Amino acid sequence: MADRRTLEEARREEAAERALEAQPIVMERAPGEAVVETLPTAAPDRVAAVDETTLPRPARGRSPSQIIWMKLRRNRTAMLGLCILIALYLAAVLAGFIAPYKYDDADHELPFHPPMFARIHFFDEQGKLSRPFVYGIAPVAGEHAVYNEDRTKRYPLRLFIKGSPYHILWLIRSDVHLFGVDQPGRFFLFGADIVGQDIFSRILYGAQVSLSIGILGILISMIIGMIVGGIAGYFGGVTDFLLMRGVEALLAVPSLYFILIMRQMFGTGLSSMQLYLIIVIILAFNGWATEARVIRGMVLSLKEQEYVLAARALGFTDTRIIIRHILPNTLSFVIVTATLSVPFYILGEVALSFLGVGIQEPEASWGNMLSAAQSPRYLSDFPWMLASGVFIFIAVMAWNFLGDGLRDATDPRTLSE
Amino acid sequence: MRTFLIRRLLAAIPLIIFVTFFTKAMLVLSPGNFLDELRLKPNISHDYLERMEQKYHLDSRNVFERYWYWLKPAMRGDLGDSFVTAAPVTALIGNRLLNTLMLTGAALIFSWALAIPLGVLAGVYRNRWVDKLCSFISFFGLSIPSVFFSLLLILFAAKTGWFPAGGIHDQINWDYMNGWQRFMATLWHLVLPTIVLGTLGMAQYMRQMRSEMIETLSQDYIRTARAKGLSQRRIIFRHALGNAINPLVTLFGLSLAYLLAGALLTEYIFAWPGLGSLVYEALRDKDEPLVMAAVTMLVVMLVIGNLIADLLLAIIDPRIRLE
Repeated sequence: MADRRTLEEARREEAAERALEAQPIVMERAPGEAVVETLPTAAPDRVAAVDETTLPRPARGRSPSQIIWMKLRRNRTAMLGLCILIALYLAAVLAGFIAPYKYDDADHELPFHPPMFARIHFFDEQGKLSRPFVYGIAPVAGEHAVYNEDRTKRYPLRLFIKGSPYHILWLIRSDVHLFGVDQPGRFFLFGADIVGQDIFSRILYGAQVSLSIGILGILISMIIGMIVGGIAGYFGGVTDFLLMRGVEALLAVPSLYFILIMRQMFGTGLSSMQLYLIIVIILAFNGWATEARVIRGMVLSLKEQEYVLAARALGFTDTRIIIRHILPNTLSFVIVTATLSVPFYILGEVALSFLGVGIQEPEASWGNMLSAAQSPRYLSDFPWMLASGVFIFIAVMAWNFLGDGLRDATDPRTLSE
Repeated sequence: MRTFLIRRLLAAIPLIIFVTFFTKAMLVLSPGNFLDELRLKPNISHDYLERMEQKYHLDSRNVFERYWYWLKPAMRGDLGDSFVTAAPVTALIGNRLLNTLMLTGAALIFSWALAIPLGVLAGVYRNRWVDKLCSFISFFGLSIPSVFFSLLLILFAAKTGWFPAGGIHDQINWDYMNGWQRFMATLWHLVLPTIVLGTLGMAQYMRQMRSEMIETLSQDYIRTARAKGLSQRRIIFRHALGNAINPLVTLFGLSLAYLLAGALLTEYIFAWPGLGSLVYEALRDKDEPLVMAAVTMLVVMLVIGNLIADLLLAIIDPRIRLE
């Protein structure tokens, strides 16, 4: 049994290789067997050797990260993803400035006001071109959520208008908003929700929650994954066996059940900050197992390399060898998986908030905004409630684009292309 | 074969213990219990509360003790009674389990039935418009959040009235329907949740199928077949497809967990009375025996599903021998 691969092992290995797809890392290797291939950053001298023989002249002397960046820049979808992500994260950081209202600024007189981007007027009553303006809002008496334009009042759209105070990154305090209309006019770019909150503003504030959970979650699970994977792969034996059985058990449970059951432990009645942290912790706790397993596989092959032997011969401690010498070499792979798994965290938050156990109103998140759109009646009458879903879609797609591009760019097999 | 089966089933035991223990621990550690809400109601006698507390050891905060109280009868096949309805949990779960199996089964059929032909087409006509269309579909499928997708489909159903927006069958006419009508009504309700649940899998399988097809078609034995003068159709279906499909079966085993996780959300949104929505409701009501039983069923389902995937792989790939 020792030397014959059982079906289970074969399947597991094959699966891991599939997951890596383009990453030609041999998952498990008997000691003493030659190490054939590593990632570009794994052995800089080797990559340089490839450079000289296969790449055209101008490429000589480029570092692996420069090569990756070069290849990434040539990938149009990846660059599109990157640009979208930069725009989205910038918008999230500057939410207070870009959003005309605060996320909990409700106008209870105006529930479900339709989007106003089609109601921006460029010509006045005489048909003359004027600066863009919107009319006042006149609720139709006796009807729920039906509105007419009040032609007697005109509110020009102003840039850099004064409004409610806000912070940017807890540092800059201001009350100047990018655009808006004067009080008592209201400007709902993407419409209003059930209590008359501006959906556009809530999407921006929601982006702060939903997008940052993605980054924070992946950071934490990568750290746990690297520690556990590093220990399991480096020490092997019983440690490896036990840790990996734990990882497999974690992976066997369908993630959403796991997340919901773990969420149960924390109970209800928590502050929004606590909830945020809890969601990050739960998602990270659920996500590290995947990373740990793959990192372990890489460490298994890396630890057989000469430079590790050299480090051992120099008498370095195991901790130092793992942290300083082995784990940094898994980094390019780690970055690729991290990029590809960010959507998992974004969608995890969406699922939790949608199920009502995540971020609570009036705090905005993309998930709880969708949750407000649940009932079929609301949906067909006020479809703009789905606006946050479009943003989730865009964000997830952008991360996938970037992740795919990075994976192709770090693939040593395409180095010569 | 028999040793393989026995070994796999034995290996499932620690997994079941791990998952159920984890679930029990989370339930025990969570603040409050099922009785909290009942205590607030004036018409519930103090005696009853005491008896419940005694019977289920709800006062104990010791995770191991509580787990043991669950495990001991569970090993004899007694999973307990639901706190909320007082009915045996097995009776509550049976139907739900069938519904979930129906939904996931339909989703699997949907994703395979679309992914294999499209993937083959995309692989054969690489970089042509079919391929571009397929890669667009797969990117769409991989990126669209299932919650958003479900809501879009419900919006579609509400606007057109072509499909029911939720539920498993018509509540009003159900009693007057004959077998065939019932079947059709259920099928009708199944359409939208199946599309939502199957799309992600379809996108993954399609991508995989395409790259496998491309790789297989570049192999020497395909060139030999071409050189022999075989028709394109025969090469693709008789020679390439069989080999290209193997990794997909592996992927099938791995995607079962994703499928079941996705089923939870889909069931919740479409009010589909399956295992996922049951767990969600039971967690909300802190109905411990029901949660435990449902989670156990879930793991058993996963183990069996993985086993089926392995057996399938052994059947279609003669290189793999079960031992």
